[in-house]
Amino acid sequence: MSDTVILSIESSCDETAAAVTLNGRTVLSSVIYSQIDLHTIYGGVVPEIASRAHIEKINPVIRKALEDAGKTLDDLDAVAVTYGPGLVGALLVGVAAAKSIAYAKNIPLVGVHHIKGHVCANFIEYPELEPPFLCLVASGGHTHLVKVVNHTDYEVIGRTRDDAAGEAYDKIARAIGLGYPGGPKVEKCAHNGDPKAFSFPRAKIDEAPYDFSFSGVKSAVLNTINSYKMKGMEIDEKFQADVAASFQQSVIDSMKERVLMALDEFGMNKFAMAGGVASNQTLRAALKEAVEVRGGQFYCPKPVLCTDNAAMIGAAGFYEYMNGKRDGLDLNAVPGLKL
Amino acid sequence: MRLLAIESSGQLASVAVIEDGEILGMKVGEFKVTHSETLMPMIDAMLKEAGVELDSLDAIAVSGGPGSFTGLRIGSATAKGLGLALDIPLIHVPTLHAMTYNLLVPDYIGAIIVPMMDARRGQVYCGIYDFVIRPDNMVDFDIFMDADAMSVTDLLDRIKEITDLDGNPPIVVFLGDGVMAYHEVIEQYAQFNFDYAPDEAMLQRADTVALLGQLMYSLDMTVSADEEAPDYLRPSQAERERAEKENR
Repeated sequence: MSDTVILSIESSCDETAAAVTLNGRTVLSSVIYSQIDLHTIYGGVVPEIASRAHIEKINPVIRKALEDAGKTLDDLDAVAVTYGPGLVGALLVGVAAAKSIAYAKNIPLVGVHHIKGHVCANFIEYPELEPPFLCLVASGGHTHLVKVVNHTDYEVIGRTRDDAAGEAYDKIARAIGLGYPGGPKVEKCAHNGDPKAFSFPRAKIDEAPYDFSFSGVKSAVLNTINSYKMKGMEIDEKFQADVAASFQQSVIDSMKERVLMALDEFGMNKFAMAGGVASNQTLRAALKEAVEVRGGQFYCPKPVLCTDNAAMIGAAGFYEYMNGKRDGLDLNAVPGLKL
Repeated sequence: MRLLAIESSGQLASVAVIEDGEILGMKVGEFKVTHSETLMPMIDAMLKEAGVELDSLDAIAVSGGPGSFTGLRIGSATAKGLGLALDIPLIHVPTLHAMTYNLLVPDYIGAIIVPMMDARRGQVYCGIYDFVIRPDNMVDFDIFMDADAMSVTDLLDRIKEITDLDGNPPIVVFLGDGVMAYHEVIEQYAQFNFDYAPDEAMLQRADTVALLGQLMYSLDMTVSADEEAPDYLRPSQAERERAEKENR
């Protein structure tokens, strides 16, 4: 089999990214321009600002990815691009750029589902990993428990009913005055806190045991903060740390319970994490322990492959490409793309 | 000299290809179909019909704004990708100037030309221009007021100042989708002779983007594919609200 070199582009949220991958699992280059500094003052990603920044960065990021890989556009076998889910204005920039490059170079265009990309980050991190396995994808925009049947077929067995896990972290961070982005800040703050200081709910949904809900825990945290304030008490560092640790424990417990239940029910032994929230070391450690105690194998990519990047889109794009997926010049951004 | 032109700043996208002043092909999209889905297939179909190889293009002209933020970005990202892949420069054609070029025909020489695009929030993106014939028979393009966002009544005031200065007010010709949105305001408040552009010249068109793009190319007014970005004329809503809060 000859080698397959793919240029991949990711612009679904606030990272402008491009990568060159070889046969899906070898990253020749991965360039990420993070816009986080542009959005921090707004306390979250502003779609129009993100879209404008993508336009400014898209070409330099692509050019750098090719340079770093020592490749030119003439070396490519295909162009892969995230076409959803995500912010429509942001997605459109990557999609339009990918289409025009594929068209001008007369090479196949492969639209990639962003969540599949996150899952496939594991194929880059673990060259020996093969499906089937269970994967929890958790980020600022998504929380999905997925059965990875083979490289391209994914079955969603659970999803969040309200906030994504990362979104809940952001809201809690704001409520206790930690600022944006919430994930790393809450995790850091939680190190000094008591995870049993407060008992926040671990929501369950009767008819859908694998679905998540983080709005209940969010409300409970906000209520705790309000009653604390009403008693005239100040939000000091200890209170912040205890709230952060207790909130995080509730997230960990919710995830752990569902993951173990799913591994049992589907008779699976391999569990992988993915998405920006998977870069949370406390969460990784807790799930790793839970899975390994049960005798299962735990996988999780390094943080730079967990947060949005284009290498993972290259990996997913490679398997879609090998599976025969080809998109036309009419490929559109699909902000609510289903898995 | 061959040039591809992309116009996607408004509701109706179009593409054109021009060679040494002659339009070799043009395609216009449909209303209510997203530019994202139609733009590349239109380029492909048009080039094939015109028998133009993509590799033979010398540059790409893109309607650079103002206009629909998303529409401008689709055109810009498409042009940037093509420019990168073909290694050719881009020409950033101001959208309101290209619209004014819709009326570069004898009937409108000397008229005050006012393109206006519906910018929502009670405003239009607009400019005030004219074409005049110089003694040597060349045509000059004058800018009385370049791209700005304002209410139609403010725009009418600006036009009146200009026509009053002239002493013998020429006719003022409005065009753009702002006419559809605000013609009642114009008809009620305009204190000067005015008319509307004919239907075929009413909206943004890739062929005039191409014509103006070719002129700009000949004047070395090109940008690299990396540099190109739309002129939005307005900050994002979040930036605007933040600035308003700070000024309070």
